Amino acid sequence: MPQLVAKGVTKRFGGLVAVRDLDLEIEPRAIVSVIGPNGAGKTTLFNCIAGWYHIDEGEILFEGQPIDRLRRDQIARLGIARTYQNIRLFAGMSAIENVLVGQHHSLHTGWVGAVMRTARVREEEEMAHEEARRILEFVGLPGHGMGQATNLPYGDQRRLEIARALSTQPRLLLLDEPTAGMNPAETHKMTDFIRRLRDELGITILLIEHQMRVVMGISERIAVLDYGEKIAEGTPREIQNDPRVIEAYLGRGAAAEQAAPRPDAAGSEA
Amino acid sequence: MHDASAGFADVPWRTVIRVGLLGAGIAIFLCLVGIVPVFHARPLIKDVISLGQTALVLALLGTGVVAARTAGVRSRLAILPGALAGSIAGAGVTALVLIGELINVRVVFLNASPLLYEILTFGNGLAGSWIAIVIGAVLGAAGGIAARLPMAARRPLTTFVLALLLAGLFAGILRTAMLTTPLAGLARLLFSSLGLTVIGAIATVVVFVGGREVWFYTRVRQRVVAMPPAGQRLVTWPLLAVAALMVLVLPQALGPFVAQVIAYVALYVLMGLGLNITLGLAGLLDLGFVAFFAVGAYTVGLLTSTAEFGIAQWPFWAAVPFAVIFAMLFGAVLGLPILGIRGDYLAIATLGFGEIIRILAGSDLLKFALGGPRGILNVPKPIAVEPTHFLAGPNQMYYIALAGAALIAFVAWRLRASRIGRAWISIREDEDVAEALGVNLVQTKLLAYMLGAGFAGLGGAVFVSLVGSVFSSSIQLFVSINVVAIVVVGGMGSIPGAVLGAVFLIGLPELFREFSEYRFLFYGAALIAMMLYRPEGILPTRFASREVHLKSSELGADTVVAAPTHSP
Repeated sequence: MPQLVAKGVTKRFGGLVAVRDLDLEIEPRAIVSVIGPNGAGKTTLFNCIAGWYHIDEGEILFEGQPIDRLRRDQIARLGIARTYQNIRLFAGMSAIENVLVGQHHSLHTGWVGAVMRTARVREEEEMAHEEARRILEFVGLPGHGMGQATNLPYGDQRRLEIARALSTQPRLLLLDEPTAGMNPAETHKMTDFIRRLRDELGITILLIEHQMRVVMGISERIAVLDYGEKIAEGTPREIQNDPRVIEAYLGRGAAAEQAAPRPDAAGSEA
Repeated sequence: MHDASAGFADVPWRTVIRVGLLGAGIAIFLCLVGIVPVFHARPLIKDVISLGQTALVLALLGTGVVAARTAGVRSRLAILPGALAGSIAGAGVTALVLIGELINVRVVFLNASPLLYEILTFGNGLAGSWIAIVIGAVLGAAGGIAARLPMAARRPLTTFVLALLLAGLFAGILRTAMLTTPLAGLARLLFSSLGLTVIGAIATVVVFVGGREVWFYTRVRQRVVAMPPAGQRLVTWPLLAVAALMVLVLPQALGPFVAQVIAYVALYVLMGLGLNITLGLAGLLDLGFVAFFAVGAYTVGLLTSTAEFGIAQWPFWAAVPFAVIFAMLFGAVLGLPILGIRGDYLAIATLGFGEIIRILAGSDLLKFALGGPRGILNVPKPIAVEPTHFLAGPNQMYYIALAGAALIAFVAWRLRASRIGRAWISIREDEDVAEALGVNLVQTKLLAYMLGAGFAGLGGAVFVSLVGSVFSSSIQLFVSINVVAIVVVGGMGSIPGAVLGAVFLIGLPELFREFSEYRFLFYGAALIAMMLYRPEGILPTRFASREVHLKSSELGADTVVAAPTHSP
C-alpha cells in the first residue's frame, strides 16, 4: 500500500491555480523527486501535504488516513516532517535546542513538573538530550550542539534543519531543495546523506530539487510539474526521454540545443 | 605644515555645519521643553553648576564629539570642526535669547520664561546673549579634542563625566541616609541637600576616576577570569552574597522615601518578570497587562478590605492565591479567542482588552461592587506591625514583591530550560516552523499568556496592599506600557534585564521628581536610542545580541564556525 496518496489535489490562490488535479502515490521507503520549472507548484504541493495550506479539492492520505484537514502539528505527530527552501532555523536557540524542539510532542513534561524539576522530568530531559546528541552525530554535527544554530556554516545549517526534522521521528521526510547553494563537493555529500536517511532510518524521502545530477542520481521515481499539473512521472530514464518534460524545461522546438532555458534549469545538466 | 593644510581641505565643512545646526536644535529643544529651567532648580555641584546647565553642557560637548568624528581628520585640526559645530550650537541658544527678546514666544512655549533667559545669559540680559556662542565654541572644541584622544586618555574623561552626574543625582539620597549614622559629618561635607558640594565633587572624581584607573591597570577582571573555576567561585559567591545583602538592607538604610520608591521598583521587577514570560520567551506582545493587574488588585481589595465594598475581610495571604487564579482564568478567557492573531494585531487586541477592563473598573455598571472612582479603601498590610518595626510600611511590601519576583525568576528559569520553554522560544522565533515540528500553538501560547496573567495578578495584589487602596484611576494604560518598556529595554527574555529595566525606567523617574515630569520624553528617547544602538536590550540573553548584530552586518554570518565545544 502506498504511504502517501494524493488524489485530485487542487490548490488555488484567487484566480491562480497553483496545483491542479494532482495525483501522486509514494511507496514506503521510496526516494521520490518532484521537479519542474520555477513556479510549477512544487513547494505549494509540499505545503499542501504538510498542512500549511488547506487544499481546495481532492484529498491527501498518509498511511491510509486523510490528513488534508489537519493542523501542521497534528500532521507532524503522524510522522511527516519537512525542511525549507530558505533555511528556517530558530535563531535564538542553540543547535541542540533546535533539535530538542522537534521532540516536543514525544515528551510529556508539563509546566508544573518543569518548575519542580521532578526526578521523572530530569530523566526525560536527560533522555531527550541524549537523543538530540545522537541525531546531531548522525547528521554529522557531533559536538556542535552548544553554539547558536544560525552561526553554523551554511551546509551545516541544512544538516541541522534535517536533524531537527528527524527528531520528530518522521516516516516521511519532505526536503525542499536540500542542495540549494551548495558546491559540487557539498552536494555530493548531501546526496549520499539523503540516501543514508532512507537506507539506515527507513524514512521515505520526497524532495524538490533543481540540480539534475542529484535528481537523476538519487531518485527512484520522479514527478514533473508544470503550471501546477503533473505532466510526467516515472523512473529517471523515462523522465529524461519524455518529450513533454523536455518541452516544459526547454520550450517548444527544444531541439535547438542552445535554446535559453528557464533560469532554474540553467546548468542543471552541467 | 603639509599635513595640516591637506587636512583643512579634507574636512567636510558642510557636514560639520549640519552637525552644528543639529546641536543647536537639540539645545533649543532642551530649553523650550523645559528641561533646562526645571532642572536648574537642582544643583549638580552646589553653587557651581545646575543639572539644567549640565544638560546644555552635555549637548554642546556631544555636538563637538560628533562633529570631530564625522569630520574624521587625523591632524591638529581636530579641534576646529568641534569648535565650529559647538559655536553654531551655541549660536542657536543665542538666537533663542534674541528672538525671545523681540517676540513673546511664551504664548506657545510656556517654558520660555524669564528664568530660562536668565540661565542662558548668566543673568546679563541681552548683553549676555553672546556668552552662549563662546561657551559653545569652547565646549565643542573640548568635545572635538576628546573624540580624538587615545583610549587611555578618554576613559578617565568619560568616568569623570559619568561619576559626577551619578553622584550629583544621588547626593541628596545618600545624604539623607548618612545623616542618621555616625557618618553625618562626612555627609554634610560631601553633599548638600541636593547635589554635591565642591569638596564632594572633587572627592567623587578622585575616587571614581582613580578607582577605575587602578581597576583597569591592575587588571583585576582579567585575573579573575583567568582563574580556575574554583577560584572564580571564591570571588563571585562572596560578591553575590554582598549584593544580596545590600538588596535586603536597602530600604532600612535609605529611609522611608527611598523605601517607598524601591518597593515600587520591586513591584515592577515582579511584573516585568511576569511579562518576560509572555513577551520575552513566547514573543506574545501583550499590551493588556493592566487588565490582569486589575483583576489581581480588585480581588485582593474586595477580599481583604475592612471598609465599604469589602466582602470577606480575609488576610492578604488567603486572598493572594485567589487573585492569581482569577487572573489566570481571565487570561484563559481573554486569550483563547485572540491567541490565533499574530504580532501587531495581537498587541492591538490585548490593548483593547486592557482598555475594556480599565473602563469597566470605573463604570457605573460595576460601581455597586468595585466602588468606581471612590475605590476600595482600607486594604490592610499583609503583616500587622508597629510603625517602628523594620517591616513597617512599604518595607514589607518591598520584601514581598522581592520574594514574588524571585519566585517568578525561578519559574521562568526552570521553564526556559524545559520542553515548555523551548516550545515558547520556537514560537517566538518562527511559529509556523514550530507548529510544523509538532508544537501545539494554541496550548503553548495559552500557557504563556495565562502564566503572564497570573503574575500580573500577583503584581496587582502586591500593589493594592502597598498602596492600601485601589481606585478605578489606579488602572492605567501606563501600567502596561511601563511593563512592556521594562522588558524591551532590559532585553527580551533576559531575567537580569527585566530587573535592570525596572530600576532604570521606574526607579529613576520616581527617585528624581524633576525627571518624572519628563518621564515619557525620557521613555521615548530611551526606547529610540535602544532600538538604534542596542536593539537586543541592556542585558540580552546569550544568543539575542549575536543574532541582532549578525543580522545587521550580514557579513560573516555564514562563515563563522561555532567553536567545537563538547556536548555536556
